[in-house]
Amino acid sequence: MSGSEKINVKVSKIVLLNDLVTRFEFKRIDGELFPTFSGGAHTIVEMKDGGITRRNPYSLMSDPMDQHSYAISVRRDDEGRGGSLFMHNNVKVSDDMVLSYPVNLFSLDLRAKKHLMIAGGIGITPFMAQIKQLDRSHGNWELHYSARSPSLSAYADDLVSMHPNDVHMYYDSENKSIDLENLLDGQPLGTHLYICGPKGMIDWAVGQAVNLGWPNEVIHYEEFLAPKPGKPFQVMLSASNKLVSVGETESLLEAIEREGVDAPYLCRGGACGQCETVVIEAEGEFIHMDHWLEDKEKLSRKKIMPCVSRFDGKTLVLDR
Amino acid sequence: MTIQFNDETFRGAYTFKNSEWALKRFPFPFHEDSYMYSVNMEQHKGGPAGSIYEKRFDVDEHYLSEMRDRAEVLKEDPLRCQSLPNMTLAGWDLLELIMVSKSEDYPDMFELQRKGDKWRWINKPMGIDDSFTFLDEATLPFGPMEYITRQTQGDFVVLDQRDENLWMDAGMVTTQADWSLDFDIGMNFFEWHAPVPKAHEMGIFVRALKFLLNVQQGAPARRLNWTMTVNPLLDTSPENYHKWGTQKRTITANNIGEKQHLRVELQTFFRLPRSNALVFPIRCYLASFDDLMTVPKWGRRLHRVIRDLPEELATYKGFIDNRPMMLDYLSKFDDGKPTSNGIWPDRETEPLRD
Ligand code: FES
Repeated sequence: MSGSEKINVKVSKIVLLNDLVTRFEFKRIDGELFPTFSGGAHTIVEMKDGGITRRNPYSLMSDPMDQHSYAISVRRDDEGRGGSLFMHNNVKVSDDMVLSYPVNLFSLDLRAKKHLMIAGGIGITPFMAQIKQLDRSHGNWELHYSARSPSLSAYADDLVSMHPNDVHMYYDSENKSIDLENLLDGQPLGTHLYICGPKGMIDWAVGQAVNLGWPNEVIHYEEFLAPKPGKPFQVMLSASNKLVSVGETESLLEAIEREGVDAPYLCRGGACGQCETVVIEAEGEFIHMDHWLEDKEKLSRKKIMPCVSRFDGKTLVLDR
Repeated sequence: MTIQFNDETFRGAYTFKNSEWALKRFPFPFHEDSYMYSVNMEQHKGGPAGSIYEKRFDVDEHYLSEMRDRAEVLKEDPLRCQSLPNMTLAGWDLLELIMVSKSEDYPDMFELQRKGDKWRWINKPMGIDDSFTFLDEATLPFGPMEYITRQTQGDFVVLDQRDENLWMDAGMVTTQADWSLDFDIGMNFFEWHAPVPKAHEMGIFVRALKFLLNVQQGAPARRLNWTMTVNPLLDTSPENYHKWGTQKRTITANNIGEKQHLRVELQTFFRLPRSNALVFPIRCYLASFDDLMTVPKWGRRLHRVIRDLPEELATYKGFIDNRPMMLDYLSKFDDGKPTSNGIWPDRETEPLRD
C-alpha cells in the first residue's frame, strides 16, 4: 500500500506566471470527473524523467469544487534534483501524466472562528484552494503574503483585486515584512493560524505564536521539503535482499522504488511519517532532512525517512 | 426491484427474520476456530458477487424495517443524531458519497440527477423524491447527515481529523452495541476507546489510529467486529439498558437457539473529500443461533470460539453469564471435525442442515 489511488491525466494548459513559477492544468483522460478535495490537499505528480520516475508533491490550487480540472503551480528550483526543472523544461501541453488522488496534510480546522494565513513565496498555493473553499461557506479569513518582489509574487494581483480587504502583501524588495507580533496580538478568540512557506519562515512564525501563548492545536503549517541532491551512496535492503545504489539526483525512496520494491509513502516531503523505515545496520553519517522523526530518534540511528533523507558512509542496511 | 423487503420489527414481538438469501450472505466473523482481538483491516473494494462486501453501502431485505426502527428511536430520543457545527461540510460529503454510491450500485432503486448544485434524489423503496440545492441546508428537511442516514442502514460516526487524532464530532447512532453518541460526542480516539480491556496494552490502538489517519480518498477500508445480543434488537444503547439488559435473563435452554443472536458489525472507513473528515459506517447484521447452526462449519467453529474466548473478552462483550448455556447448546453442533480456513460455508462438500 504505497501512495494512493492514481488518476491518468493530460496536461491541458501551461501558464507562465513569472520568471520562476508556472501553472499546470490537467484534464482526466477517461473523461470522468476529478474527485473533489479539501483546501490544502496535495497531489503527487509522477514524472518519467529518463530512466527515473520522479514523484513530487504539489498543492492543488484549483477550486476544490471544480471537478473538471486540477491545477498546480511549480516553482523552478535550479539547484534541486530536477523535478521542478523537468516540469518547466520537458512538460508540454497534451502530455500524458499520472497524478495521485488528493491527500490533505494541511486541512482547515473548521471549528475556527477565523483563519489567519501566512504565506511565503510559492507557499501561497494551498491557500489558493482554501480561500476558494472558505469563500463558498462564507468563512472568515485573512491572508498575509510575503514575496521577494511584486514581479515574483504569483497570484498576488488576482488576490488583491478580488479581496482588497483580506489580502495583505509584503515585498522584500520594498523592505516590508509581516509584523507578526502585532498581527497575532489583535486576533479574536478562536482564530487559527496557518503557515506555508520556506522553513525559516515557518520556524519564525510558529515560534512567535508559541511565545505569545497560542496553543499548538490552533497552529497549522505545511512545509514540503524537496529532497536535496547529495553524494551517491549504497543501501542494502534486507527484506528484499537487494543492494541498491542511490544516485546523486534521486532520493533514497526513488532508488528503492526503481528496484521494484514497494515502499509506503504519502507526502514524499518528510512530513507525514508514512515512509518511516527501520535501520538494521549503519556505519557512517545519516543526513536526516525530515521533520517527522524526533531528535532523539535521529540520534538513535535506528530510523530513517527515505523520501528526503540520505546517508554518507560505508554500510547502510534497511528493513525493507 | 430485485430485493424483497421484509416487514418486520426489532422490538416488541421481534418479527425480524433472515431469509435463506440473507443467511447465505451473513458475514460470519471467525476465519479460524479461535478469536483474538485485532485490527484486521483490509481495503473496502468490493467482494464476491452477492456478498455484503460487494457494494459500498449494502442494501438488504431489512432496509425498510431498519429505517422504520431508526425513525422510532429518533422520535423518542433526538440526541441519537448530533452534529457539531464544524461538521456540516462533512455531512454534505457523506450525503454525496452515499447518493453517488447507491445510485451507481443500485440503479434500479436509487437515482441521482445533478445539474450544478441543483440535485434531485429518488429513493424508490422509501418513496422519496426530493429536489434540493447542494450545500444549502435550508433546502432539505433535515441536516445533510441526518437526511441521508435516515435512508441508509447502519450507524454513522463522522470523525474530524486534527492534531494527529480523530474526534467524534458527528453521528447517527441508533443501532449501536452498547455505546452512546451523546456520551462520546466531541471525544478523541483514545477517549472513546478507553473501556476496552487488554488491547490498549498491545499498542493496537496506536496502530489503528495511525492506520485511520492515513485512510485516503478513493481507498476506503473495512473490518468486522462482533458481539452477542439477546433478541434481534438493534437499539442496544446504554440509554435503554434498563429495557434490553434484562432481556439477557430471559434466555433458557429451550429458547436460546431462537433468542440468542450473533451480532456482526461491518465497519467501513471512508475519507470525505471536501472536509477531510473520516466517516465510519457501522453496519449491523444479526443471525440467530438456530439459523447459524444450519451451516455445519459455523456450528463447529462458533462452539470452539465461544468456549475458548478469554474471560475478560466474554465479559466485555456482555455474555459471560450466559456462556455456559450457550456452550450447552453449541456443543451439540460440534462433532470435533476439522474446519476449513476462512469464513465461507463449505456448501459444495457439506449441505445445510434443516
Ligand atoms: S513519505 Fe511522508 S515522510 Fe516520507
